[in-house]
Amino acid sequence: MEAIEYTTPKTIAEAVQAMASAGDRARALAGGTDLLVQLRGGRRSADLVVDVKDIPELNEVSYNPQSGLTIGAAAPCYQIYANADVAANYPGLVDSASLIGSIQIQGRASLGGNLCNSAPSADAIPPMIAMGGVANIAGPNGTRQVAVEDFCTGPGRNVLESGELLVSINIPAPAPNSGANYLRFIPRNEMDIAVAGVGSAVVLDSSGQNFVSARIALASVAPTPVFAREAGDSLAGKAVSDESIEEAARLAMEAAVPITDMRGTVRQRIHLVGVLTRRTLNNAIRRARGEE
Amino acid sequence: MPGLVHVSTTINGNPTDFLCEPRQSLLEVLRDVLGMTGTKEGCNDGNCGACTVVLDGRIVTSCLVLGVEAQGKEVSTIEGVASPEGLHPVQLAFLENAALQCGICTPGFIVASKALLDREPDADEGRIRHWLAGNLCRCTGYDKIVRAVLDAEDKMKA
Ligand SMILES: Cc1cc2nc3c(=O)[nH]c(=O)nc-3n(C[C@H](O)[C@H](O)[C@H](O)COP(=O)(O)OP(=O)(O)OC[C@H]3O[C@@H](n4cnc5c(N)ncnc54)[C@H](O)[C@@H]3O)c2cc1C
Ligand code: FES
Ligand code: FES
Repeated sequence: MEAIEYTTPKTIAEAVQAMASAGDRARALAGGTDLLVQLRGGRRSADLVVDVKDIPELNEVSYNPQSGLTIGAAAPCYQIYANADVAANYPGLVDSASLIGSIQIQGRASLGGNLCNSAPSADAIPPMIAMGGVANIAGPNGTRQVAVEDFCTGPGRNVLESGELLVSINIPAPAPNSGANYLRFIPRNEMDIAVAGVGSAVVLDSSGQNFVSARIALASVAPTPVFAREAGDSLAGKAVSDESIEEAARLAMEAAVPITDMRGTVRQRIHLVGVLTRRTLNNAIRRARGEE
Repeated sequence: MPGLVHVSTTINGNPTDFLCEPRQSLLEVLRDVLGMTGTKEGCNDGNCGACTVVLDGRIVTSCLVLGVEAQGKEVSTIEGVASPEGLHPVQLAFLENAALQCGICTPGFIVASKALLDREPDADEGRIRHWLAGNLCRCTGYDKIVRAVLDAEDKMKA
């Protein structure tokens, strides 16, 4: 790894100042499970590494029944799945946080880092899109909010401008009769990069028999995570049935524009999107009905 | 070139000060600066778990931690597993069950296994296999390792 400077700001303002001072040569450090690999391998370079883990707002995981869940950008995965409010209200997030890497990786890796690394295969991004997550950003010109589905702009690229920092991600409070699920396909049981992944979130009516709304997002089938808006919208107002789920799966497959690489082919990936959309919808429905 | 940074930390319960470059990993610091070579380097990119240490109560891959991040933290390594009274039950179980061949993965497996048993004294085989999925072994085929951890678990409860 090339030589770097290292700093540990204690406030958001100090962090923004540090980031802005080095411009494009600054990188924020959360768990380092992407950044340190990339700096060492020469895929990224930096003069200044700004460790954001001493900033209270970036570590908090807090739930409020009105405003929802605030996930500090640097909170590691284990803090997500060990949090009782998250386990009770956001099992779809636990799905992702508990399958990223290994126990060792989950001790460090953050959902904020997953989002900012902006890999098409990132496992935490589809469920955050499906659940309507919003990224809270701070920078030299103040703060702004960006919907998670609008955050990534290309492989490893996103809307963050030089000097900007992801502070937290807000996930709205779950609506009554709602549920979410994320699944990925990998050829092994653990420790692999998604060949394809799907996150689904549904809101049902009080009978549990009809969709009020749904949101579906895809991993590893495009240069960025994909928000398959039409697929989710097709379910609004429909009865929960094999036919309506099949139609959503078909639309999700249409939203996928994958490539063939060493992990999978175009055909396999599109097929997987169909399978995983059906499965995640059915799991989300079960959760919405309180069946699990 | 940025200079050396002074870091104050606690390693295996002992207050420890060292100097390192910000780019150096905790693994490099342990091995090359502090001469604690029990922690091994396999892949240097987070995949193999040979470099596993405990950082503030959580197991992490020390190749993906900067040495400077240890400032003010508690680090436990393989060197802190045995006590003056003798080997830890996990270490004894690895020996008795022949759960190692070349041994390069062993410190990482022992640190990770001990962390699991400290936290979940009743972990079942499935849980043990899942917990150890981030530790790779090229030699044993894993079965003897899992049996050793189950054996250590029994002995620690007895
Ligand atoms: C062995 C291994 C297995 C893995 N398995 C998976 C997996 O199964 N699924 C998966 O999705 N990923 C996986 N990853 C990738 C990685 O662990 C995740 O993407 C993780 O969530 C990254 O989080 P982090 O906190 O470590 O980020 P870091 O490495 O600290 O940061 C990642 C990027 O985001 C930037 N950044 C971080 N925080 C901020 C912030 N607050 N503001 C602005 N920019 C910021 C950094 O500068 C860097 O560019 C794996 C990695 C390893 C090494
Ligand atoms: S050397 Fe750190 S995980 Fe392999
Ligand atoms: S004993 Fe050789 S790698 Fe595990």
